[in-house]
Parts: sequence; structure tokens; C-alpha cells
Amino acid sequence: MATRTAEAAAQDRTPVGGGNQEEGTPIPFQERYLKAYRSSILARQLEEKLASLYRAGKIVGGVYMGRGQESFSASLASCLDRERHDIFGPLIRDMAGRLAFGEPLLDAPRTYFGSAEGPMHGRDGNVHRGRPREGMPAMISHLGSMISVVCGMLLARKFRGQAGAVGASCIGDGGTSTGACHEALNLAGVEKLPLVLAVANNHYAYSTPCSRQYACGDLVERAAGYGFTGHSVDGTDLAACLEVFDRAVGAARAGEGPQMVVGSLLRLSGHGEHDDSSYITQEDRDAPYGRDCLRVARAQLLEKGWASESELERWDHEITDEVDAAIATAQKESGPDPLKESWHALATERLNEGFYDE
Amino acid sequence: MSITYLEAIREAQAKALAEDPRVYIYGQDVGRFGGAFKATKNLAEEYPGRVIDAPISEDAMIGTAIGAAIEGMRPIVEMQFADFSSIAFNQIINQAATHYWRTGVPCPFVVRLPSGGNEGSGPFHSQCMESLYSHYPGLVVLTPATVEDAYTMLLEALTIDDPVIYCEHKFLYYHLKADGLPNSSLPIGKARVARAGVHATLVTYSAMLHESLRAARELEQEGWDIEVVDLRSARPIDTDTILASVARTGRLLCVGESFPWGGLTAEVVARICAEGFHLLDAPPLRLNAKDTPIPYHPNLWRSHRPTSSSISATLRKLLRA
Ligand SMILES: Cc1ncc(C[n+]2csc(CCOP(=O)(O)OP(=O)(O)O)c2C)c(N)n1
Ligand SMILES: [Mg+2]
Repeated sequence: MATRTAEAAAQDRTPVGGGNQEEGTPIPFQERYLKAYRSSILARQLEEKLASLYRAGKIVGGVYMGRGQESFSASLASCLDRERHDIFGPLIRDMAGRLAFGEPLLDAPRTYFGSAEGPMHGRDGNVHRGRPREGMPAMISHLGSMISVVCGMLLARKFRGQAGAVGASCIGDGGTSTGACHEALNLAGVEKLPLVLAVANNHYAYSTPCSRQYACGDLVERAAGYGFTGHSVDGTDLAACLEVFDRAVGAARAGEGPQMVVGSLLRLSGHGEHDDSSYITQEDRDAPYGRDCLRVARAQLLEKGWASESELERWDHEITDEVDAAIATAQKESGPDPLKESWHALATERLNEGFYDE
Repeated sequence: MSITYLEAIREAQAKALAEDPRVYIYGQDVGRFGGAFKATKNLAEEYPGRVIDAPISEDAMIGTAIGAAIEGMRPIVEMQFADFSSIAFNQIINQAATHYWRTGVPCPFVVRLPSGGNEGSGPFHSQCMESLYSHYPGLVVLTPATVEDAYTMLLEALTIDDPVIYCEHKFLYYHLKADGLPNSSLPIGKARVARAGVHATLVTYSAMLHESLRAARELEQEGWDIEVVDLRSARPIDTDTILASVARTGRLLCVGESFPWGGLTAEVVARICAEGFHLLDAPPLRLNAKDTPIPYHPNLWRSHRPTSSSISATLRKLLRA
């Protein structure tokens, strides 16, 4: 391990959600930081590749990027522990969190290309992917509707007596306006579930600014109304995000009830790659929350002495190779064959009606 | 021992809770209160922690069931009234119904929909939703018409690896009685010939089975022998049993309590036309509720849904054709 600063050592003493306090040693802050950073770089590079493939007409539908939100997303996932059956319920801009949680690198390109080898087998695409049996529910498009699914997964753990598992669910500023979000948060409060809701307030929902989305001062004010503990964080600051999520995950794990973390940041891309995001004002771009979180993280790494310029560069290159290899693999794979597709929607084979079966 | 349709639903849930640790019940007022209709009476006491009062959040109730189901639980969600499942429509059709197909991971749970009306229930406490839900691939939709089916189909629903919409009819809750509960029954997906006949086939389900049987008895006085088929499940439809019946009778009337535009009765008629046109001696007919929201006043309500007399009248028309 590289030289450790006093600050990092201090971090280690705070309750660590991502660690295994009873059974082992907590994961040191530095280790989690590096994991989150690495996942963020991986996500950034992967999405940039996917975006250029989209522009070249090699990907159908759309490409949705988490640019500017990687640190927030990855730090949440880096505080989760799959050995404790934690859950990570991502949304559109959580490539970095997915990778940090352990989604195989191939899942995203395979799903974008519709590869038959991918987790969705070409039946669903882009960000609509998951591994529900491994604590990663597969998001549907309808915003707000994944939060209660994570609640149900937590409820199942409660029924089975699997104490200590935490479920994280991600949402944007716009998604908080849905009835589904309200219902799920209220339910999580009533059931006192160990839920951590990460609200990525990137100041826009597609083109809609927050002033047309909600009338309260800050979304974190809603936490109290749902019986959640609220936390605010600068979503562009990886160290700060890790600290806050660590606290939130630790509190949820310790039985202190649901937690809401609101991160302030900016989407540094279009809503999707079809969108030039010309509606994002210069004022927003120049605001503190408009910073590129990866530049902030690089500066922090250098400052903490956890990496040198040349190491950072080497990591970038390593990751480029990894991404290129994954894309090349997925791109070579065939898509699903409509003639071999069963066209049956039920798991109970005998109840499928078999319209158009031979 | 005499047992009602409602008690059969309660007994099925009690048996499921007793025998399957994966089962729990989530719904408004289902706990100590025992449910708005008492379908979960005493279950919270008998199975502590497994019969749980839900907040008035139908979307989140179903979302939660989905999450628990993919983790291996077998939730039963009670909607207080079928009508309120519209709030959960998104979770049911977009999340639950697509889950297995998208991910390969089954999403098994049962939503109980207290369906259909009574006098005075009005537009928002009377709806029959089977046609709507049956439209979506990925759902199983059940419409039990008898005490026996209410019991066995609910138990079987809890063994199915898919989301099941269980439409229980409120009009039958207290009216319908049986001498006891069966151990076995036709499997889900099979229709039942409830009354054998030769002159026409009347396909129906749920509360309309009883109106239809009354109509068949009325027509018997006039010398007609009507075969009545109880669909039992709206999704899947047992087309073979209907075709076999139409092969015997040459005439088809399909009666349902949901709205007339499209829906289950239209689907039955379309299938018989496509697969059994040569069997038909007359154009097939369908009879549904009227094409308006469901009215409040008993005078209007009684004319809004099909009854034995409107079914008899339609049968006469079919037999004259
Ligand atoms: C219920 C629903 N309505 C509309 C949409 C279309 N839609 C997709 S993303 C989006 C904006 C979401 O904004 P926000 O929640 O702030 O997330 P962000 O895109 O900023 O990350 C909209 C309107 C949707 N997916 N779901
Ligand atoms: Mg937003």
C-alpha cells in the first residue's frame, strides 16, 4: 500500500459501511477510494467508447452517460458489501456504481450491442440491464419505480433473517417528482428498511431545470418527512462522497433506518448522446457543482500521495486496453436469432398461449 | 360444514401461510383488522409478522412484492378494491410482467383483486380488470367462479413461477356457498364445462357464470339446451375446450362483466372465428357491461352489467339466427 496520510488513517476509524466490522477488518478508506476512482475512470472511458460507436451508427436506440456523476455513483457502490448481501439498484447514470459494485465489464457493451451472450440476451438494451439474483435489479425506464423493488428485496432479507444487508437505490432530481418515489420512500420509512437513497441532483431532468421540478429549498429537506436521515454532499468530490456514503450505509446497516444522500453535481453530457444539452446554462457550467469529478479526484489522489502522475497515466492506459478488449468481444458476438426465440413471456411453460407457435 | 367464497379465499391463504414459509400477505388493513372484506381474518394473529398492514401505496406495494419475489419470497398483495390496482398498473405491466422475459429470473407473486360491483358501489369500487391485465404478456389472470375454484386456484397460483392477477368477485363473497373445500381441481389454464348442452355454447367466467347458469335454466323451459363453459382463467384462455364445445353446438355467446371494447369476450370470439369458423352455424355474439363507467344507483347498476335476463335475451337472438 502507498504511504498513508493522517487524514486517511482518521477516516479508517470512522464506522465503515463497506467493511466487515464483526467478522474482519474494515476496508481502509484509501482502498475504497482507489476502487471508486478506478471504476469511475473505467465508466468514463467505456461510455465515451459507446458514445462514439453510437455516433457511428453501431448502437441502436441510444447511449446514456454518467459523465460528471461517476464519483457520486461509484462511491456509493464502493461502500456496499456483496458478501453481506447488499443491493445496488442503479439508474441511468450509474455505470461507475455498477462497475464498483461488481457488474462484469462485459455486461454494458453486450447489452448495448444486444449480444445474445449478455445478461438481457438482446431482449432489453442499454441501461436496462441487471443481475437480479446478484443484488442488481434490472431497471425499467419508468422513473421512481425501482425504489420499491429494492425495498422488497430488503423485506425478503428481513423475512429470511439476513440482518445487516443494506439496499441502495439511485434516483435523479427529476425522478423524485414521481408518485412512485413518494410511495416507496414513505413505505421504506414505515418499514424502517435499511435503504440508502442516492439522489443525484444534476440540476436538470432532460431539459427541465430544478425550478420546474420541485418547490422546496433543497431535496434533502424531504428526508425528515419520510422518516429518513438526510445527508448532503458535494457530488463532485470523491473523498466527500465516500465519507458521506460510508456514514449513510453504516447507519442503515446499524439499524438506524433509511438514509437519503443528496449530491449536488452536473450532467457533463447530453441527456443521451442524441442531445447537445445546449439548454444547460453557462452559470451552471461555471458553478462549483459543474466541476468534472474525475479532475477533482485526480488532484486529490496526487495531493494525498496515493498516486503519482505517471501512475495515473498508466492506469488510464490499462483501462483503455480493458475497455477496448471488452468492446471488441461484445461487438463480435451475435445478436439473438428471432427464429430460435421462444416468444414466450411466462416462466411457467405450460401456461404460455403460444400465439404464432409452429 | 358450509363455506363461502370469501372464507375459501381466507382458508387458502391460511393453508399457504402454514405450509410455505415464503408466503406473506401485504395490503391495506389486512393485519389485525382482517381486511376490508375480512379475507385475512385472524391471519395476522395466527401468523405473526407475516400479514402486514401496508400504507396506501399500491405502486410501492407491488414494487415491493416484485423485489421480494425475485429474492425467492411468494408475496400475496391484497388490493382493497380491484379499482385501486390502477395505481399499481405500471409496476404490474411494466415491471412484473416483463421481468422473467427480460432477465430470465421469475417474478412469482399473487395480487388479489376484489372485483366487480354491488348495488351502490359506483364507478370506483366495482371494476372488473381481467380484460385489461390479460392484454399484457407475462401475466397469468385468474377469474374463479366457484367456492372450490376460489380455494384451489389461489393455492395453485402460489405455486406458479409468474405474477398472477387473481380476480375474486365481491358479489360472490357471501352469496356463494359450498359444503366443503376440495383437495384437488382442474389445473389452472383448463376451462370447465359447467353445464352440458347441445344448442349453443355460452362461455363465461367469475360472477357471470351464475347469471349464465340462471339464463340457461330459463331457456331450458323454452326447450333449449345451453352448454355453459366456465373459463376459470382469462389468461391463458383454454381455446380447445371452447372449440370442442362449439363443435357440439355450432353457436357461441361469450359473456363478461368488463367493458365491451375489446377485452376477454372479444378475444374468445376472435379465436373461435379464426380457428373454428367452419363449426359455426351463426355469427358468434358477445355480451358485456355497458359502455359507460359503472353507475351508482341500483336501477342503473342492475342494467349496466349483464344479468340472467339480458343473457337470456341474447341467447334467444343467437338461437334464432
Ligand atoms: C415516469 C417517467 N416519465 C418520463 C420518463 C422520460 N425520462 C427519462 S429520463 C428523464 C429525465 C430524468 O431526470 P432526472 O431524474 O433528473 O435524472 P437525470 O437524467 O438528470 O440523471 C425523463 C423525463 C421516464 N423515464 N419515466
Ligand atoms: Mg437530473
